[in-house]
Amino acid sequence: MSISLPPKTESQPEKLQPTGWLRYLSFSLDHKVIGLQYLICGFVFYLIGGVLAGAIRIELTSPMSDFMARDVYNQVLTLHGTIMIFLWIVPVVNGAFGNYLIPFYVGARDMAFPRLNAVAFWLIPPAGLMLISSYFINGAAQSGWTAYPPLSITTPAPGQIVWIISVLLLGGSSIFGGINFIATILKLRRPGLKLMQLPMYCWAMLGTSILVVLSTPVLAGTLILLSFDIVAHTGFFNPTLGGNVIVYQHLFWFYSHPAVYIMVLPAFGLVSEILPVHSRKPLFGYVTMVYSIMAIVVLGLVVWAHHMFTSGTPPWMRLFFTIATSFIAVPTGIKFFNWVATLWGGRISINSAILFSCGFIVNFILGGITGVALAQVPFDVHVHDTYFVVAHFHYIVYGGSVFVIFSSIYHWYPKFTGKMLNENWGKLHFLMTFIGFNLCFAPQHWLGLNGMPRRVAEYDPQFTFVNQLSSMGALLMAISTLPFLWNVVYSFLKGEESGDNPWEGLTAEWLTTSPPPIENWIGDAPLVVEPYGYGKKEKPQIPSETAMKEDKK
Amino acid sequence: MTTISQIEKESDESISSEQEHSDHRLFGLITFLIADGMTFAGFFAAYLTFKAVNPLMPDAIYELELPLPTLNTILLLVSSATFHKAGKALENKHNSQCQKWLLVTASLGIAFLISQMFEYFTLPFGLTDNLYASTFYALTGFHGLHVTLGAIMILIVWWQSRSPGGRITSVNTFPLEAAELYWHFVDGIWVILFIILYLL
Repeated sequence: MSISLPPKTESQPEKLQPTGWLRYLSFSLDHKVIGLQYLICGFVFYLIGGVLAGAIRIELTSPMSDFMARDVYNQVLTLHGTIMIFLWIVPVVNGAFGNYLIPFYVGARDMAFPRLNAVAFWLIPPAGLMLISSYFINGAAQSGWTAYPPLSITTPAPGQIVWIISVLLLGGSSIFGGINFIATILKLRRPGLKLMQLPMYCWAMLGTSILVVLSTPVLAGTLILLSFDIVAHTGFFNPTLGGNVIVYQHLFWFYSHPAVYIMVLPAFGLVSEILPVHSRKPLFGYVTMVYSIMAIVVLGLVVWAHHMFTSGTPPWMRLFFTIATSFIAVPTGIKFFNWVATLWGGRISINSAILFSCGFIVNFILGGITGVALAQVPFDVHVHDTYFVVAHFHYIVYGGSVFVIFSSIYHWYPKFTGKMLNENWGKLHFLMTFIGFNLCFAPQHWLGLNGMPRRVAEYDPQFTFVNQLSSMGALLMAISTLPFLWNVVYSFLKGEESGDNPWEGLTAEWLTTSPPPIENWIGDAPLVVEPYGYGKKEKPQIPSETAMKEDKK
Repeated sequence: MTTISQIEKESDESISSEQEHSDHRLFGLITFLIADGMTFAGFFAAYLTFKAVNPLMPDAIYELELPLPTLNTILLLVSSATFHKAGKALENKHNSQCQKWLLVTASLGIAFLISQMFEYFTLPFGLTDNLYASTFYALTGFHGLHVTLGAIMILIVWWQSRSPGGRITSVNTFPLEAAELYWHFVDGIWVILFIILYLL
């Protein structure tokens, strides 16, 4: 199944162009095809989740629940959260870009287990369709993406069971992907390439995959127990049968806090790839970046109970988890300053990719600050389950991860298709997204501080104006998707040719044709020992054959 | 796609890449077993927390009988040893020996399952009686599922090693190695489960 790297030079055709779009609907084993399958599939689910978000914001323009029934509102918010997390951000920042880029970065011709890789992808569309179809059949789950019991036990069972099955499938897909990434990064590296010479995205994906492998199975086990409670009427999490809901919360957050890092660590890695290329400077503080990723992985596993400060956690637990959570700010801060230092004094070309990356840096620092604030028990007890948490969370996952996804699409679109995206449409897209996003979520901090609870269709009339402001922002965000879609489709059909390396990038994916041939390189894989060697006079790559000889010595 | 499958075939032929080949798969399997172990870790954590914070009424407490689970533990530990024997026999190209040990291992596994069933039917509590009953059945049941899958895998490996030109030979030992690793993992989990569930 795995592909080692025997140099196969002669037999390959000059330039293998994509052979028909049908392979994107097939059980293809090519990591690039699978990567794009993840990306496009994820984007379709993003649009669906976006429509649901729109429905939520329409409902919240008025204090009464007049747009949809209350239980429909609950279903919509549950679907919105589940789709956006499990079908859009996790598959795209991990699966899409990971599959596309990691084999290039480690100098391999494919992932370690191509067939497992295809299986992991093809678990996603059925799971997603099943989840969405549950809305039309018996009503979707109503207990939010957290599925806290006893709420998830008392709300209608069919939707909740479908939800559990979908999340189990998606979790399985995620675990298979994680195993594949760990094996690819650690075992499939090209001879002569050392771990500390890997691009930062490899480190981010290694850390993320460790989190996936360690924490996702715990969620799977928990959801199996929850389904027993729903179907067989056991009492694991049902207080009326002697069960304990807090145990569910602990097990759930043992996955779902790391899940935040599963969504945002790959984004950190992608930004670390994009910033050096467009500011023509080496990535600042490579070694500290690596250690801070690993520190985030370790700390990320021991901070889960900060989601449970109002669940009757004992004081020692509150103290421990407050301190551990605050510590995460240190490695995250290191990364933040390293990105700023990478930009500092660089020859920055202002294009859509770097605009979205800078947008990410701005949004993420805001989300990070509210995150540190939420880690403090006295403050958290005040704003728990209010719109302050909603605002914080969206600053991390939308302002953080989704901005990076867009940035990455602008950056790697020429690699995917061989065409450039239109910069004017891109800048318009950025401007609308950035303004819309901040208009939508910044006012929610105020709403939360003033006590508006989340996940409720109705609210006190005093919040009407600010909610309408927020909905205006959401509208702008929704419209901002149009120039992006137009840009992607139009550029694919009629965009200008990009050439192989439009950004003059030095990482391995740029050292081949655009789009790349089936096995990534015609001839040997290049040995990239200095992926961020920008701003130097001589080209940093050693020709691959000499490197092979050196390696043998 | 075609090119990739060609490469797979070609790399199957050369022995050096064959070595590398199985290495990745074992590495992948170990990573998967770590993930699987985390599922059990979650269950154990849940059980221990229930035990610590949700004490039962005194009249509902039932002391589990030890003889049968002890027998089960011995069955599984012996089966780990016999599987190891099978692997060694395959390495030394004693195919018939290997098949014999595989069959012994599979029957020990099935004996474990039967004995576990017997225990289930003799226990005075059912799945939904109380929190402990539920956790007991969930933990042992999830482990029993693993044993069932393991036994099926052993039988498949046995079947494939029967014909002389079959998939599993002394050159390609990977399927046997993988099943063996998985079996040792399942046995290890049982030992932890036995200590936590029956002895603690």
